[in-house]
Amino acid sequence: MSKTPDIIIVGGGHNGLVCAAYLAKAGRQVLVLEAASQAGGLGSTREFAPGFRASVAHTLPQLGRKLVADLALESHGFTLATDAMPSVALSTSGDHITIAGSTLIGASDSDTAAYTAYIQLMQKFAKAINPFWHKRPPMIGSGGLRDALTLGQFGWKLRTLGKDDMRELMRMIALPAQDLMDEFFSDPLLKAALSWDANIGSKLAPRSPNNAVLALLYRMCGDLGEGLPVARGGTGGLMDALAAAATAQGAEVRLNCPVAGIIVDQGQACGVELADGELIRAPKIVSSADPKTSFLQLLGAQHLDIQFTHRISRLRTDGYVAKLHLALDSLPEFNGLARPDGRLLLTPDMAFIENAYDAAKYGGYARELPMEVVIPSLQDDSLAPSGQHVLSALVQYAPCKVKGGWDAHHNTFLDNAIASLERYAPDIRTHIIASELLTPYDLEQQYRVTGGHWHHAEFALDNWWMNRPTYGASQYSTPVPGFYLCGAGAHPGGGIMGAAGHNAARAILEEN
Amino acid sequence: MPLKATLQPADAIDHVHLGILPSPFHSRTSRLNRNQLWGEWNGYASATYYADSHLEYFSTRNTCGVFDVSPMRKYRFSGTDAAAMLNRMVTRDVLAQAIDTVAYNVWCTDDGKVVDDGTIFRFSEDEFMLCCADPCFDWFCLSAVGFDAVDITDISADVAALSLQGPTSCALLKAMGFSGIEQCKPFQIMRFPFGSGDIMISRTGYTGDLGYEMWLAPEDAELLWDQLFDRGKIYGIQPMGDESLEMARIEAGFLAPDVDFHGSLHTVELNHDHSPLELGLGWILNFKKPFFSGRAALLAQKESGNYRRLLKLDIEGNKPADNSILYADKKCAKEIGYVTSAMWSPVVKANIGYGLVEAKYFEGPIWAEIYHQKELRWQRRVARCTRVTKPFWSPERAKATPPPDC
Repeated sequence: MSKTPDIIIVGGGHNGLVCAAYLAKAGRQVLVLEAASQAGGLGSTREFAPGFRASVAHTLPQLGRKLVADLALESHGFTLATDAMPSVALSTSGDHITIAGSTLIGASDSDTAAYTAYIQLMQKFAKAINPFWHKRPPMIGSGGLRDALTLGQFGWKLRTLGKDDMRELMRMIALPAQDLMDEFFSDPLLKAALSWDANIGSKLAPRSPNNAVLALLYRMCGDLGEGLPVARGGTGGLMDALAAAATAQGAEVRLNCPVAGIIVDQGQACGVELADGELIRAPKIVSSADPKTSFLQLLGAQHLDIQFTHRISRLRTDGYVAKLHLALDSLPEFNGLARPDGRLLLTPDMAFIENAYDAAKYGGYARELPMEVVIPSLQDDSLAPSGQHVLSALVQYAPCKVKGGWDAHHNTFLDNAIASLERYAPDIRTHIIASELLTPYDLEQQYRVTGGHWHHAEFALDNWWMNRPTYGASQYSTPVPGFYLCGAGAHPGGGIMGAAGHNAARAILEEN
Repeated sequence: MPLKATLQPADAIDHVHLGILPSPFHSRTSRLNRNQLWGEWNGYASATYYADSHLEYFSTRNTCGVFDVSPMRKYRFSGTDAAAMLNRMVTRDVLAQAIDTVAYNVWCTDDGKVVDDGTIFRFSEDEFMLCCADPCFDWFCLSAVGFDAVDITDISADVAALSLQGPTSCALLKAMGFSGIEQCKPFQIMRFPFGSGDIMISRTGYTGDLGYEMWLAPEDAELLWDQLFDRGKIYGIQPMGDESLEMARIEAGFLAPDVDFHGSLHTVELNHDHSPLELGLGWILNFKKPFFSGRAALLAQKESGNYRRLLKLDIEGNKPADNSILYADKKCAKEIGYVTSAMWSPVVKANIGYGLVEAKYFEGPIWAEIYHQKELRWQRRVARCTRVTKPFWSPERAKATPPPDC
């Protein structure tokens, strides 16, 4: 970069790239510093076995058309492999239930009717809450007009749901997934499948209160397709397009550039120090790293108030989801399933999920593991050699801090996961050429995210909106002038949607 | 019948249990505490007075008095991050504090409200002792979050401490063999061999007069007490209790926790806590320091000027203004604050006190509504108050090195 940057972004994950692209588009000189040899963070597509590629994040339920259009991502190579992947609640006996957007296939009549009412209500809620994912949260007591306006709009949106639905939302918002499902449905298999998105990614299970409805609504905020969208080239295809879009706008993305710390001078963030000792100055530093890394490692407690530091250190950041990648020599057969081209949910009932959670709560893990499985090579032949396949699975629950350490448990957990798959696809073991298990500990080590947590900090009501990551830093600016957050630890949270990066860019641009 | 009663020494009565802990000096203080009148300070017995609180008070102004400060909470901070951690916690520049000196400090919440105050002793690059009146370990642990190389240890029970205050204090210490003590400057630390090891003497105190505090191993406590009182007879030494210390500290302009201010962590109501600016501690806020906890909030408050003031007041008449409400007018129509501490000062010969006054009114007229009793009948008087900017009592000898007559 010939000129000194106006803004340095620490971390080239998807939010860092989105933030960079918007800032560059507005004419700012932006420098993105990424520690890895590849941009995209947990969204990047990597080769895990010769010829086999996968990305940790494997579907794009939260991505919106506006972002794709704003940054002209399609002209930078972003295409979807599918925009309508259904979810399939797998049954060992082959009586599967398919959830394709607002239609159910294979469920009882009463459950099918209930699902129509359920999905209509949820879509109504999702629509009301949607604008707020893409807006800076308000600050209570700031006395500012904008904050009052955002709060007012939020109140108005809820009110326009109508009195009954508003009261329903207020009643349901903190319900455990189990209570929500029990209210609507009777089939245990369906209930488990529909509860899955309410908890995955957080240290929560069907019986945990605090965020089920919120998480479900959050995952309904994308609009790329009726079913689950999947990017061509894996989620890394989207990451490459984001990096290309940012670069095309004039941003520079430097790889293999780990940042050791933020330089603070007279209380003002003014540059970064790289791991190799190089200093780069800029008047604004934006971190897409998680809040603990951003504040406690990069910035340092000596620049922060005591109670604020404590709130950051108390953020719940232990990840509980492991990622499993299997290289398969051919397509395995799943009982009673013609073609495994959906998102397969291996969760017979909610108690099954809860039991796996119980083991993880105390630092262990279950023998039978609930998981969501996708075989992206069915829609995208760039991910595996011809005729061969990649299986990508999110496996719960894998405690970040397993008792005895992951070195001692890695192989057992992997074996449990494969054994759990075998209940549905009995011959799968014979197809496996190579495997990769990324426990939360591995994710932490390889992707530099504290606890290996998807959302950088638990996504839950107490940690939401004006409390994300905590008050005092919930509007993308932080207590240290010149230092900003743009990662999943900021509002609205994790998941590939770029809202945190977008909102942060807007907050920074509006400051000037 | 002969009118004669023999009083047993208090420590000879073994069936009376105080229910509070003995300090390392208790075998000596209990012998002198004529009425066995004890207050409780951090779980330890602290004499209310020994014989006569006025006599004890006058010892700090005319001869010297000894106050047992062992119940103070003492914390050791060590490690390569200790200086940085303390520097971020307190309002003064710890990094610039010289080795073997003491500095009075406050530490604040994020909102710039006082958690507590105390003194930091710097022993080396990486080793400190912090003394405060009340336990504060939880706050220190909270303040250490994000600093790896700092160890915080509560050493309260491992250190016995005595305060020797008054014009003859230096001469007495010199006579006890602590030669060179006269060269010890205010807030400086010196060490001498004593008893089983060392004694540390700091020129610090809570009376505003010439004085020293002595820090040593608990097993040497009695030896120190005995030597002080053996040698101290001709220097007019007196033991001091809480009541006399309270008088001395008001004259000196020092604040008492839970009297003049509440620690922020102990208040429930909004604004029942205080910022250092409100308490008149603006002089220890080092805004040249790039950061300390609460800095941004305090800087904003300072720039606004809109904050209450704890004022030193010279109150007309001779009736102490304890518990008085303050008004902007003699008719007591506009209430503007209240008195936190008050007394008739024997050395200054003035009716003095501290009053917390609303921001809008601190420069205008201030009247105190005083209630006092005359033969059980309550009387009311409204007294004009005058602001005083210097400490009420601040003799030259407290600052001179060497002190006079040494």
